[in-house]
Amino acid sequence: MRDRGIFKQAFLRTIPVMMGYVFLGFAFGLLLQRAGYHWLWALAASVLVYAGSMQFVLVGLLTQGASLLTIAVTTLVVNSRHIFYGLSFIDTFKAMGKRGLYMVFSLTDETYALLCSTTPGSSPEDTKRLLFNISALDQCYWVCGSVLGALMGNVITFNITGIDFAMTALFTVIVVEQWLTTKNHVPALLGFTCAAIALVALGPDQFLLPALTACMTILLVFRNPVERYNRKVAGVSNPQETH
Amino acid sequence: MEFRATLLVILVAAGTTLLTRAIPFLLFGRKRSIPKSVSYLGAMLPHAVMAALLVYCLKAIEFGAMGLWIHEILAVLITIAIHWWRRNTLLSIVVGTASYMLLTQGLLGI
Repeated sequence: MRDRGIFKQAFLRTIPVMMGYVFLGFAFGLLLQRAGYHWLWALAASVLVYAGSMQFVLVGLLTQGASLLTIAVTTLVVNSRHIFYGLSFIDTFKAMGKRGLYMVFSLTDETYALLCSTTPGSSPEDTKRLLFNISALDQCYWVCGSVLGALMGNVITFNITGIDFAMTALFTVIVVEQWLTTKNHVPALLGFTCAAIALVALGPDQFLLPALTACMTILLVFRNPVERYNRKVAGVSNPQETH
Repeated sequence: MEFRATLLVILVAAGTTLLTRAIPFLLFGRKRSIPKSVSYLGAMLPHAVMAALLVYCLKAIEFGAMGLWIHEILAVLITIAIHWWRRNTLLSIVVGTASYMLLTQGLLGI
């Protein structure tokens, strides 16, 4: 019973990612199939690589016949933002034993976002199960989407243009939720500002990594004032908490 | 499209992806205690990263082409408003996505 409750909770939390992943996975499978690859390759890529944006890049690299070194360097650059994600979960994943290894492997943008916004369960073990279920469900959606796309690319009956906005909506909700539950808005404003400046300066294809590096550097350099500000805003209790 | 070449490409991409995700754990996983600056970053960075990722989602907006970016910005504003009001994640995402689909498919005539 308890397992089913946790699974249901994880399922409800992952529905937004499901909408985004099934659609995006479908698009990936479709692309790979159009490039002349068997659907099993879509399955293999989504099970083994499991990196949304990188897999789209991979289709291009495969068809170009790029060298393995090019593949490795490109993957490193496209996925380098993932280096920042693990920092928030070192203790959590360490405590999860073997499941922790899968948690590291499956830490995509969207899963990271969901895990960040997941509140602890009634016991540490429940929390671990919840986190694991969320990660595993997310990958299931992605794998199902890719295989479906590769198998039945031409059989879409209704207009699904724009459904990939689910991903943007998910990030929007997370930013709003973080904004409403924290008193220190400096990191959020910093992230937004750095990304906006980098986007304008560097263009859409390579702005994220410099933006994230700038955020981290600025946070580290101004650690003392930020921590002082943290203590200050935490010390002032706000009686009118929303909800 | 040889079998071995394709398999190698996928394995290299898989290995490198795993490496990027494992780096923090390889650096700090063995130590009993994590340096204070690292746990400070772990607490502060998610807020910055999420805001940056939201910009990343909207990066394809081309301000030159009238119409398309209006749809994205409108749908994001609708999502923000709904979430601020109800604090229900699924509701916000369904309404936000549906409004974007309606806007972008031209069903609202905007």
